Amino acid sequence: MSDIEQSLREKFAEDVMAVSDFRGDLAITVRRERIADVGAFLLSPEGGAFAMMLDICGVDYLGREPRFEVVYHLMSLETKERVRIKAQVSEGDPTVPTVTHLWKAANWFEREVYDLFGITFSGHPDLRRILTHDEFVGHALRKDYPLDGRQELSRPTPFAEE
Amino acid sequence: MEVTTEKRSQDVEKSAYPRISSDLTPVNFGPSHPTMHGALRVMLGLDGETIVEAIPEIGYLHRCFEKMSEHRTYHQVIPFSDRLNYASPGMNNVGYAMAVEKLLGIEIPKRAQYIRVLLCELSRISDHCLCLGPQLVDLGALTVYWYLFQVREKMYDLIEPLCGARMMTSYTRIGGVAEDIPDGWIDRAREMIKTSKPLLEDVQGLLNKNRIFIDRTRWIGAISPEDAISYGFTGPCLRAAGVPYDVRKAYPYYDYDRFEFDIPLGDNGDTFDRYMVRMKEMYQSIRIVEQVLENLPDGPIMIDDPKLTLPPKENVYNEIEGLIHHFKIIIDGIRPPAGEVYSYTEAANGELGFYIVSDGSGQPYRIKVRPPCYAVYQAYGELIKGHLIADAVAILSSMNIVAGELDR
Amino acid sequence: MVLEYIIMIVKALVAPIAVVCCVPIEVWLERRGSGFIQDRPGPNRIPIFGRRNAGLIQPVADVVKLFLKEDIIPANVNRTLFLLAPFLVVFVAFTTFAVIPYGDVLEIGGMTIPLQVADVNFGLLYIFALASFSVYGVLLAGWSSNNKYSLMGGLRCSAQMISYEIAMGLSVIGILMVFETLRLNEIARAQGNLLFGFLPAWGVVLQPLGFILFLVAAFAETNRTPFDLPEADSEIVAGYHLEYSSIKFAMFFMAEYMAMVVASGVIVTLFFGGWQIPWLPTATLVAAVGPIVTALLQIAAFAAKLFFFLWFFVWVRWTVPRFRYDQLMGLGWKVMLPLALLNIFVTGIILLLIG
Repeated sequence: MSDIEQSLREKFAEDVMAVSDFRGDLAITVRRERIADVGAFLLSPEGGAFAMMLDICGVDYLGREPRFEVVYHLMSLETKERVRIKAQVSEGDPTVPTVTHLWKAANWFEREVYDLFGITFSGHPDLRRILTHDEFVGHALRKDYPLDGRQELSRPTPFAEE
Repeated sequence: MEVTTEKRSQDVEKSAYPRISSDLTPVNFGPSHPTMHGALRVMLGLDGETIVEAIPEIGYLHRCFEKMSEHRTYHQVIPFSDRLNYASPGMNNVGYAMAVEKLLGIEIPKRAQYIRVLLCELSRISDHCLCLGPQLVDLGALTVYWYLFQVREKMYDLIEPLCGARMMTSYTRIGGVAEDIPDGWIDRAREMIKTSKPLLEDVQGLLNKNRIFIDRTRWIGAISPEDAISYGFTGPCLRAAGVPYDVRKAYPYYDYDRFEFDIPLGDNGDTFDRYMVRMKEMYQSIRIVEQVLENLPDGPIMIDDPKLTLPPKENVYNEIEGLIHHFKIIIDGIRPPAGEVYSYTEAANGELGFYIVSDGSGQPYRIKVRPPCYAVYQAYGELIKGHLIADAVAILSSMNIVAGELDR
Repeated sequence: MVLEYIIMIVKALVAPIAVVCCVPIEVWLERRGSGFIQDRPGPNRIPIFGRRNAGLIQPVADVVKLFLKEDIIPANVNRTLFLLAPFLVVFVAFTTFAVIPYGDVLEIGGMTIPLQVADVNFGLLYIFALASFSVYGVLLAGWSSNNKYSLMGGLRCSAQMISYEIAMGLSVIGILMVFETLRLNEIARAQGNLLFGFLPAWGVVLQPLGFILFLVAAFAETNRTPFDLPEADSEIVAGYHLEYSSIKFAMFFMAEYMAMVVASGVIVTLFFGGWQIPWLPTATLVAAVGPIVTALLQIAAFAAKLFFFLWFFVWVRWTVPRFRYDQLMGLGWKVMLPLALLNIFVTGIILLLIG
């Protein structure tokens, strides 16, 4: 059992749902409500000082319950350790607490997950679409969104107050 | 999926969108603007020429890389990866192939590894030239652009015989590389590398002590190491802020730990430091290329596994086994085990990560690219506040934002 | 009497035409020169009867192309001012050259013909007056285009030109104090004297600081790199001429190059002896080769010096990066202005001492 897993299990005993180690990538699934607490712990020095939020992405496991996963890739610049934190999100209540207050990088990555998967991040300061345009309907990277689902943008968004 | 107009109007919540306050001059900076490399857009609120509010907006070059990849075999994604960072496609090829190989749990032959390092470092030089050249044009120094593009042209002259294409290389295969190094290429590479150095010296001679250039770049767009880390900066932008993190040193892959090279660092994380770090990195890349050319091992360039590599053409035509393998790889693709990996390489502007989820079928279940400039560009709106328009231009081009990679 | 008028008209026609003819040569010089500096050929095509002529015809082809382009007037511009602006700019560029002498007074057949269009006693003032006038053209172009980038370009340009005009004006006061005249022809003639018996008394020798200040200010006045902020294409796209197309754009383009010719002419006249050939005064030359050849030689000397400075403009443009707006203003007000005042002060003291 790795140090990270051990410290996480000690701190968040019942919230660590699964741990896997595939090809040397440590992946820890935690309860989605606690994701911000887990993040705060991992960012702190006793949690390993994972100061670098490299990536946040969503995965759609259509047909599985819970349907979505939000995946966080973290790195510690001090120990050079990497860890993948995952949170499972159901289709009925696709909400995850935001981690934007912990890592500034999380802002746009969470917006991207929201845009492409429709998972909302509670507490996010500016949650709106980022890669697709603001008239876009649906969420493009969901498995039930068609490959050729083009949508046109009909009018520009005004960007200045009148 | 049906999209009706009624549904569309319901879904739009335009009131949530940030606006430029009415006491400022709103200026639409991009997506069609000479300095918006690619198609970026920043909505600026100006007070005179000073930027008070800035809202960067991306997505103008979104080409659904991730969605399309889910409907292709693993090999078919390689040409898509060219189009991510089109300034250094070779590195995307390598990054992607490495991720799939990690998923498969295979190690490619030494010679293939060294050729990949060659491709990466040549691409890094050409990418840095493409970053610095237009950056200096944006500052009004057009001449150095041509000097840098001569270096870039030399790199392309090497990449072209190696990969068969100047830009869209698609050179790597899962398990190795497509072709071996052609005859006489190594001597040519030595020559090109040697003739590149005087050009870089010329550029530095024109700029490094030029008072106008220093005034235009020192303390412009400076970022503290803490902020840079929090924003997820990687690559030259992070190293310019003084954080010695380079994937090639921190997590050496492909014998990078056996090559001698330094990581150039900056002090202030400003535009000048980003310029200097890139400039020095080109010299380090030249060092690596020289060492690779010196120590290039012999041997195969592809792993020997009929389930992963295409058989030679004569086997396909003459033997039933070869034909079957060929057919299976073309139609079904390779089948990695179910699982998920995150693999990362040091691309020209930072850590290029590929997160691949496999369900055991011939097509990736999910590919997520972690483009280095996505994290870097997030900070742009904050960095340009309080600066002038001219600085916004200098900062943007010093960050090396490649829209192809940013928007995917 | 009639002959005098004819000569007058010929001079009035020849000078502007010569300046206009300098423009394609200057464009060619710029493009081939930048090619030379940047290690590339530059334009070298457009063959005439199978000969490429090193691309000399390229500027002509450019002009023809610009003439044939569609002339677009955007919908929301102020039409009158939009149309007026390029004419103002070109008008200034055409008329400024009138007072610049390109040869000594030609005495032939009992007539005295000054080799300049108008030998007026306020020559230098005339140049400054007209140079300030060109601000209107640029500002009107920027404002009437109804485009924020254009407006910014126009504002940048007017602020820059007005600021540098002060430094420019003060930097030539030293010259006026030394030569004690505003007539450009007299200034040029005075530079034929020798200092200490061997050194030509050129303005650059008498006023080195004044020359440097004037040169920098001339770059700023002509909107050339490193002072090309009004049209900084990477920042404000093309600045004040962003909305102009076809022949109107060509007029701005032409005016910029003509302004360079005029600026070079003024630099040469004030600081490099104008039409003077060093160590060969007019009287010596006339005695040796006759008046007509003398005039031609002097015109050639003037042209040679002029083209050196035109090349200098090109050279600097392709070597240095661009200033930022606030740095430009800082240089103008905090460095050039005090230095120009210092120059006047020092010149005054020296003149007082040597009586």
